[in-house]
Amino acid sequence: MAYFKPYSPLAIRAKHSEAHMLATNDDILKAAEDWRKGGREVALATVVETWGSAPRPVGSNLVIDGEGNFLGSVSGGCVEGAVVTEALDVIDSGQPKMLEFGVADETAWKVGLSCGGTIRVYVEKVE
Amino acid sequence: MKLNLLSTLNAERAARRAAIVITNVASGKSRLVKAADVATDQLRALLAERLRTGKSGMADSPDGRVFLTVYVPAPQLVITGAVHISQTLAPIGKLLGYDVTIVDPRTAFASIERFPDVKVIAEWPDKALPPLGIDHYTAFVALTHDPKIDDPALTHALARDCFYIGALGSKKTHGRRVARLKEQGLSDADIARIHAPIGLDIGAVSPAEIAVAIMAEITARLRAEGEADADSAPAPAIARAAS
Repeated sequence: MAYFKPYSPLAIRAKHSEAHMLATNDDILKAAEDWRKGGREVALATVVETWGSAPRPVGSNLVIDGEGNFLGSVSGGCVEGAVVTEALDVIDSGQPKMLEFGVADETAWKVGLSCGGTIRVYVEKVE
Repeated sequence: MKLNLLSTLNAERAARRAAIVITNVASGKSRLVKAADVATDQLRALLAERLRTGKSGMADSPDGRVFLTVYVPAPQLVITGAVHISQTLAPIGKLLGYDVTIVDPRTAFASIERFPDVKVIAEWPDKALPPLGIDHYTAFVALTHDPKIDDPALTHALARDCFYIGALGSKKTHGRRVARLKEQGLSDADIARIHAPIGLDIGAVSPAEIAVAIMAEITARLRAEGEADADSAPAPAIARAAS
């Protein structure tokens, strides 16, 4: 974990994003429900399989809306950007996707897990 | 996932009831099985096992590969006695992810100043405990040394099948407690479920050390997966993914 000087703008940003990362699955699933009921397009990403030192356990969720806003985490920050991009696709098509991320899998994905693990993430639309 | 499935799931979670979502990753179809319906489901053996361990994961089903998302309630820790040990036990419990509640009718003890960030109820157990929804996902700890407070609370915890029940007191004190509880009609099997003297034997001396010993014992019980102990409730599944 990077060290930030207290009160620097960076520290405040880090704290803010950490709060989002540490949101419990309770909050995330509730947010998914509330966002959808509020009329937003919503996709739910779930870690379904992990190998090696994956940063987030199986069952971890990330909820994404049609604008690219998200809550929760599937990797502690390593691949969220790519998952969000794929989720927007899933929202458009309505078709679920299985994504795989890992350092060894450079041909399939440019985004790797710096920690050396591999994760499989299932992304589905909330309809 | 359908929105109404998600809404039902969230309602079950809010009511502290376990549930499993089964998603066929090839077809994208998903369904929800509430804990109460597991016994009659076609996948009952698999679902019951998952409910017990609390582990989400891939599995084979007659309809192909499925992902099981297992939702079990967050553990709660209920303590009678707003005492010195509780002042350390409550924050440790919070750090370990428990919802902590302290019950003590003695208002001089149960002050919010002594327990910041913890729910403190200054009522007798018969009034304070029923609304807490004490269940199999609850650890209960009796620390008052006062039978008027601890005994009815222990009886309630046993009736609600808490995964851990502990009571402070020496072997002698506990012996007297056992005699009282038997007089009130509790069975030997029930009474045997009470951990007393409380806490792992780590030679704890100070109140904070005793709190560590208690929390260690609760954790051991929580993680004692697959233990088939006829006299005690099976360890509950606490979702590792839920934190």
